[in-house]
Amino acid sequence: MNGYTKPQPITKKFFTPGVIIISTVALIGFAVLLARYIFGLGAITNLSNQYPWGIWIGLDVALGVALAAGGFTTAALGHIMHREKFHAIIRPALLTALLGYTFVALSVATDLGRWYYIWHPLIFWNGNSALFEVGMCVMIYLAVLYIEFLPIVCERFIGRINLPGILHLLNKPLDKLLRILDRALDKTMFIFIIAGVVLSCLHQSSLGTLMVIAGPKMHPLWQTPVLPLLFLLSAISVGFPMVIFESMISSKSFGLKPEMDILTDLARMVGPILFIYLAFKIGDMVIRRSFVYLYEINTASVMFTIELVVGVIVPLRMFLSPKVVKSPAGIFIASCLVIFGVFMNRLNNFIVAYNPPYSFHPYIPSLGEIAVTIGFIAMEVLLYRAAVMIFPVIELPNGAAPKTKYAIKGVK
Amino acid sequence: MSKQSRRDFLKTTAIATTAITGLASKKTKAEGRGVYLPDKAMGVLVDTTVCIGCRRCEWACKTAHDMPTPPLENYDDRTVYENMRRPDYTSYTVVNEYENDDTGKFPIDVKVQCMHCNQPACVSACIVGAFSKLENGAVVWDESKCIGCRYCMVACPFQIPAFEYQKAIQPRITKCDFCSARQAEGKLPACVEICPVEALTFGKREDLIQVAKEKMRLYPGRYVDHIYGEFEVGGTSWMYLASQDFSKLAFPKLQRDPAPGVSESIQHGLFAYFVPPIALYALLGGVMWLNKNKKSESEEEQL
Ligand code: SF4
Ligand code: SF4
Ligand code: SF4
Repeated sequence: MNGYTKPQPITKKFFTPGVIIISTVALIGFAVLLARYIFGLGAITNLSNQYPWGIWIGLDVALGVALAAGGFTTAALGHIMHREKFHAIIRPALLTALLGYTFVALSVATDLGRWYYIWHPLIFWNGNSALFEVGMCVMIYLAVLYIEFLPIVCERFIGRINLPGILHLLNKPLDKLLRILDRALDKTMFIFIIAGVVLSCLHQSSLGTLMVIAGPKMHPLWQTPVLPLLFLLSAISVGFPMVIFESMISSKSFGLKPEMDILTDLARMVGPILFIYLAFKIGDMVIRRSFVYLYEINTASVMFTIELVVGVIVPLRMFLSPKVVKSPAGIFIASCLVIFGVFMNRLNNFIVAYNPPYSFHPYIPSLGEIAVTIGFIAMEVLLYRAAVMIFPVIELPNGAAPKTKYAIKGVK
Repeated sequence: MSKQSRRDFLKTTAIATTAITGLASKKTKAEGRGVYLPDKAMGVLVDTTVCIGCRRCEWACKTAHDMPTPPLENYDDRTVYENMRRPDYTSYTVVNEYENDDTGKFPIDVKVQCMHCNQPACVSACIVGAFSKLENGAVVWDESKCIGCRYCMVACPFQIPAFEYQKAIQPRITKCDFCSARQAEGKLPACVEICPVEALTFGKREDLIQVAKEKMRLYPGRYVDHIYGEFEVGGTSWMYLASQDFSKLAFPKLQRDPAPGVSESIQHGLFAYFVPPIALYALLGGVMWLNKNKKSESEEEQL
């Protein structure tokens, strides 16, 4: 369709000047990470008894999960609504989600005081805890994402396994294994795809429930019993913008033309979703009469206004304009704004809104915390680049090769 | 075919609706690990009008828990009152001093420790259920389960649980355990036992409320008409009397609803017997199936 062929590995040099800079950032992050594991949380972070959660939870985890929403929203669109046009974006979105959640898990481990007990929720259950639910769902969903990615691995390696030396004895059995796996997955994939969407809806919303129990410690502009719904809606609304954003960046970095015909159609769907989110956000504010807190100017009210105006209303207007959704620059900027809006929202919910009764000085993330957060992003970018070079993820425009889909049968 | 699926759809919608109604009806019930047992729950009544700020309770608490402490004489130093302190891993309880509204009167000293809530937020929040509420009302932490996520600290309305940030391995959540070990041996909590002026009264929580009311009746004008902890967040084991408004003594202003209430009803609503997730699954499966059939001309497209 549209002159795009089936996805294939990108053949380009891995290292470019940009990549080297990103690698440096990743290395710094890694060094700080090491220090955190050796010397403990206190040595690296500005966390305290007053502010037990900082940007590692607010951004790395909560924002990370939200921004990985492209995975389940495109799966829902492509597989469940069965809109074939969008199959081209499913794989990149899946890969992003997979890497995103992997790093969410790493961030959680980094933030846990006793990271080596990260498996405890599997055996010690507390169904009352929103965090327990988030933890379980994220764990299962991560597994589901890897399963969803397996066919791509099969596609890449079936008939092409070529281990060196004595290991070549394994070539045949491994190939057979992959073929069996591929066939089994082909039949059952729909189970995982639906499960992925359900799990996503569950934990995206439960992430919102997390802060509900903080009660009056949270600023009333954000503290509301409908937080789970707001979190779910904002995650859904950031799904497609995130796909647009990444698709345009990776097109640029691999010297491809942006797939505007697909992206425009995606962009058209963002407007209505964003509108629903905005409606709930404002409706909630009106019902709880929390808008009174906007009459005075302070950090909370300013942050809330920026979040709502720059991050929701402006991009909503842009996505509703027929001209903007057709222009690459237009949808890119609008997508960036939505992402910014969700960034602000998670930052506000987890950090700005959190006002403990006894705080001696406000929480400002330490350089170490920031280095790890940025380092994780850098590692993710590098892994993404490596992955699209190894696996068939991105569709390349080269004429009339016949279209195959998701599950490929055997070798060509 | 489409009739069949419409019926399925209606069925799942019906289930989803029941689940939502379930959410509404669960509103007030907040159960945790171990529940509040009125006839067994013990408590402490702190009379801040009696407390002299000698900080012997701090010393006794540390000694009872084998924590390092300066010798008892050092506790006479009153300069510590210049800054507000909070419980942390070095002490499970601290005494703070506040100006008295009634100028000329002695400043007011307030001992702070875990309130041992009747419906504790920490118990509800903990991801692995490391906190539990015992029959005698004590809320205790299980070292072997905790993963150090610090969600309990986010949840506690009194900002009590503290964390050992300086430790890389086995950092603990620290807080007053109501001297559970001593109570099990039939002893008084260490702080209650040592208090030289009987500012702390240990007893059944229900009785303590009567004691507090009796005090208010016997000494009119001595206390504000408020037993802090009688109703706050659904009631706490530790309760306070004071001569001036509690907000001036740095007590958080809290509602009567138990802290975990809203969060737990959302949680249980989303997960009522796994019905909503399963309903969603069925719904999506139906949609997927319909859409696929609609486009069955373009075969080879099975997932
Ligand atoms: S005061 Fe805090 S730590 Fe103590 S029982 Fe209540 S919620 Fe838990
Ligand atoms: S830090 Fe420990 S006790 Fe607190 S919520 Fe996490 S696992 Fe539970
Ligand atoms: S009850 Fe025990 S643990 Fe709690 S403050 Fe008193 S002495 Fe310390």
